Formats: sequence, C-alpha cells, structure tokens
Amino acid sequence: MKFGRYKKWEISGHIVLSILALLAIIPFLLLIISSFSDEQSVVRNGYSFFPEKFSLVAYQYVFEQWQMIGKGYMVTVIVTCIGTFVGTSISALLGWTLSRKNLPGRSMLLFIVTFTMMFHGGLTAQYIIYTQIFELKNTILGLILPNLLMNGYFVMMFRNYFETSIPGSLLEAAKIDGASEVKTFFKIVLPLSGPIVLTIALPLGLLYWNDWTNGLYYLSRDSNLQSIQTILNNINENIKFLQDNNLGTASSGISSAELPSTTIRMAMAVVGIVPIICAFPFLQKWLVRGMTEGAVKE
Amino acid sequence: MHSVETKQKIELTKIATKKKRENFKHYIPLYLMALPAFIYLFVNNYMPLYGMKLAFTELDYAKGVFNGDWVGFENFKFLFSTSDAWIMIRNTVLYNLLFIVFGTAFSLTVALLFNEIMNKAARKFYQSLTLIPYVISMVIVSYLGFAFLSSETGFINNSILKPLGIDAISWYQEPKYWPFILLFVHTWHGIGYSLLMYTARILAIPREYYEAAEIDGATKWQQLKHITLPCLKPVIILMTMLALGRMFSSDFGLFYQIPMNSGALYSVTTTIDTYSFRALMKLGDITMASATGVFQSFVGFILLFLANYAVGKFSKDNRLF
Repeated sequence: MKFGRYKKWEISGHIVLSILALLAIIPFLLLIISSFSDEQSVVRNGYSFFPEKFSLVAYQYVFEQWQMIGKGYMVTVIVTCIGTFVGTSISALLGWTLSRKNLPGRSMLLFIVTFTMMFHGGLTAQYIIYTQIFELKNTILGLILPNLLMNGYFVMMFRNYFETSIPGSLLEAAKIDGASEVKTFFKIVLPLSGPIVLTIALPLGLLYWNDWTNGLYYLSRDSNLQSIQTILNNINENIKFLQDNNLGTASSGISSAELPSTTIRMAMAVVGIVPIICAFPFLQKWLVRGMTEGAVKE
Repeated sequence: MHSVETKQKIELTKIATKKKRENFKHYIPLYLMALPAFIYLFVNNYMPLYGMKLAFTELDYAKGVFNGDWVGFENFKFLFSTSDAWIMIRNTVLYNLLFIVFGTAFSLTVALLFNEIMNKAARKFYQSLTLIPYVISMVIVSYLGFAFLSSETGFINNSILKPLGIDAISWYQEPKYWPFILLFVHTWHGIGYSLLMYTARILAIPREYYEAAEIDGATKWQQLKHITLPCLKPVIILMTMLALGRMFSSDFGLFYQIPMNSGALYSVTTTIDTYSFRALMKLGDITMASATGVFQSFVGFILLFLANYAVGKFSKDNRLF
C-alpha cells in the first residue's frame, strides 16, 4: 500500500491509456469487420461494427485476383529484401570506415556524410536526376534506390556503435595479430554487431514494406512492378478520379479490378496489413531498442 | 653543422612520407568498403544539387532538360506571385506549429499518466496497442479514414449522424473540418512513438528524487512540478527546436493520402510537399516544382542550421551535426 495515496493518478492513467488503446485499434476493427460484411448491407447502412449480414465474397474476389495481389506481394518482398540488405550493408561498411580514428581524410569523409543530413536537394531535383540521367522510371531500381536505401543517420548510428560498443582491446589484439581492417570487420566486429544491425534493418525493412511514394513517382500506372502499397494507392487514385469527374464506374473505363467495391477495398487493405501485424511484436522490440539507443547516444 | 641538420630533416621527411604512404596503403581496403555508400550518396544526394539548377532556367525540351536558358530568379518571382505559394507556406507552417504545441502537450500528458501505471503487463499492453498505428502505412490509414468519413458509406455519417438526426456531411468536400481531422490522424499515428520516447526519458530520472520527495510528504502534483518536468525540460526544448528546424517540411503521406488528394480541400491541405508533387507529377510543371523544391531546401537548411546552433548553445551533445 506504499503508493496508496497516489492511487487516483494511477486510475487516471489507466483511463486515459485505455481510451487511447481503444482508439488505436477501433479503426482496424471497423476495417476488418467491413471486409467481412455483405456488400449490399454496406451500401445500405455504411461500414458498421455490426453489419446486417456477413459475407466472404470480398475475400473470394481477392483470391480470384490473386494474380495481381500475389504479384504485388512478390514485388514488395523483393524490394524490401534487397533494399534492406543492401542498405544496411553499405551503411555498416561506411560506418566502420568512419569509426577508424587514424584514417587519413576521415574528417572530410565525415563532412560528405553530414552534409547530406543538413541539406537536401528536394524530391523534384532528385526525380529529374533519376529519370533523366539514370532512367529509373518503371524499373525495380526506381522502387529501391530513391531516398530509402541509406542515409547519414544510419551511418552515424553504426559508427557510434562501433566506436563505443566494440571493446578496444579486441581491436588492439586483432591488430597485433596482423589482421587486416577488412578481416577485423568481418571476423570480429560484425559478429558483435547483431543489435545495431537489427536496429537499423528492421525500421528500414518497415520503411520499404510501407513505401508507396516511390511507386507514385517512379512507376507509370500500367507498370507491372506495382507493390502492394502501390496497388492500394492506385485504388485511391481511381476513386479520386471518379469523384473529380463525377463519373459512374460503368462509364469511366476503369475496370472493376482497378476500382473494387466497398467491401473488397477493405479486404485488400486487410491483406496489406496482415504481414505487418504478424511481424509487429518483433518489430516493436527493435523499434523501441533503436529509439532508446538513439536517445542515449550521448 | 648546417648541412647535417638539413640532411636529418630530409631523412625525417622521407621517413614520414614513407610512413604516410604505408599508412595510406594500409587503409585502402577501408576506402573500398566505404565506396558503395559514397556512390549512393553521390547519386541520391549530391547529383540532385545539380538538378536544382532547373529552378533557375527556362525549360526547353528542344534544348534538353538541363540546357535551358538561365533566367535568374524569374521562376521564383512567378511562384510567389501566385496565391498557391502563400497558401502552401501558410499551411505548412501553421500545421507544424499546431503539431508542435498540441503534440508536445498531449504526448507529455499521456506519458506522465502512463508513468503512474505500475502494472507491468498493463504498461506493455498499452504501449503495444498505441504503437500499432505507427507501423501502418499512410495509404492504409487513408482506407481507415475513408471507412469513417466516406459520405455515402462512412461510419460517421451512417451510424453516428443519422441516428442523431443530423444531415450527412460530405467530409471530403468541406475544408473547415480538416485541420481537426489532420491533427487527429497525426496524433493517432504518432502517439505510440512519442509515448515510448518520453517514457524512456522519464525512466532515466533517478528514483531517489521521488523517494526523497515522498518522505518529505510531497504530493504527486508537487513531484511532477518540481522533479519530472524540470528533468524533462532539456528534452522538450531539444525536440521543439528540432521540430522548428523542420518547420518548412511536412509529412507528405498525411497531407496527400488522408484527404484523398481531394481538390475541394486544397485550401487547407496543400503543403509545400504536396504542392511540388502535384506541380511535378499531375501538372507536369517541372519549373514550378523545382522552384518550390529549391525554396524549401534553402529555407529548410537555414532553419535547421539555426535550430542546430540553438541546440548547441543549450547542450553541445545534442547537436545534429
């Protein structure tokens, strides 16, 4: 009963946090229930937590369209894997180089990295370079390279970790044994770097999984490289197109696959959410870790 | 005497250069390891600096995108003569201020209340649930928003307003509601993350302070006022300054996806980022998009620099660069 006199604070805490927790999941509940609702009852009564009639039609349709959605998943998985692996690797390698104190030209290299954290040319300038010079439009690299792959913060986090968390005595011993810098990195440093690798890789993977902006900028609408998020975004764009032009679905020339009915739309969003929710406990652990690590970087 | 000294000096420099060369040789593999990342930074971050020149030229496809005639600041003059420029800057700055003031106050309050919860399982439970929105992409959040706000099938119009006898509202056509909706979605999406961050800082405050205060019979309110808040002050100031440094940027997903890019809402949803996206991708106006981008980059740089300077004055360890 030590904290007895502060009980009302704890109770208020429970009340406020319960409300927030509810608010956090209620929209997802509505989404999921809607996806299992009968199309007609949604059209009549709107999306509801208690639909008149349940139905699996939306999911039946999603599985019939599996060619499109499955392909979307494949693109998402490929882009996420390549992007995360390459991005984490090259950040780690640069982080290691920058953590070597006697490296000639180290301060200049550091400046090249920090400058990118201070000044950004903007998405337009970037888009023009990527499309005019590198011709990334409608290529898988257009989903991987622009903006996401790596940034100065990743590099600095790696560098900090290598400088502070790898025991200097180990590096000293490797040096005495005549191990090269490369060997030291792969044989000694990397095996001790699990935490930092996951701290960078998981949020980066999440970034790739959730990315729709590169699809929006670098894919034309008929591209066959559409990731799951890009497909979901395109459905949005089609709804908007219809609203802006006051067209019915029939006269718009947009096929029903591109503009699914109200319940199917929700079923597709559910399909987009499921993997993230499955990975959530794991993701959460490393997001939290990355944040507390970042918070105590001093 | 003299010549011996010179000789020695020459010898020493020779040894030094030799050592330097060996040193350099020893480090070559390290430079090679850094190379892929530098190539990427060059392509992704440094080449766009060259692309920025489009903001200062007249676009002429016949001459090639990069070879237009130099027009100085004409494009900027044109950009700032439109009402769009004023609207997007106003929106970007005001939303940022709103998010900073409200966001900080709200997440701090929530974190302080969360800190009073002693039950470990309950803490974990609340933390997990509030973090879920944070890992969901804005596209999917826009689907959630649509389920509530759609004028025909939305939950609010059908299940809340109708039973109350209130006329349906065309949410995606009515600008007046959107500052609140965007503030709500922004907070909803980010609260789990801010909660984690403030909680980490609160847990770092030494327990002895509170124990001593309890022995002295301090009320919870007094503890909050005299221990917790003063201890959190540095973080709050730091975060606010960094947010002020980013005052000319906005969350593209939030402002583009949640209003479903609805034209009727542009007056309250257009920010610098959504404007330059539309100029570039929907209107094909590369020049205006470039001018907007360059304007945002420079103002953003100045603000970030000032913020960093201010942070440095305040606490050297927390500087960004």
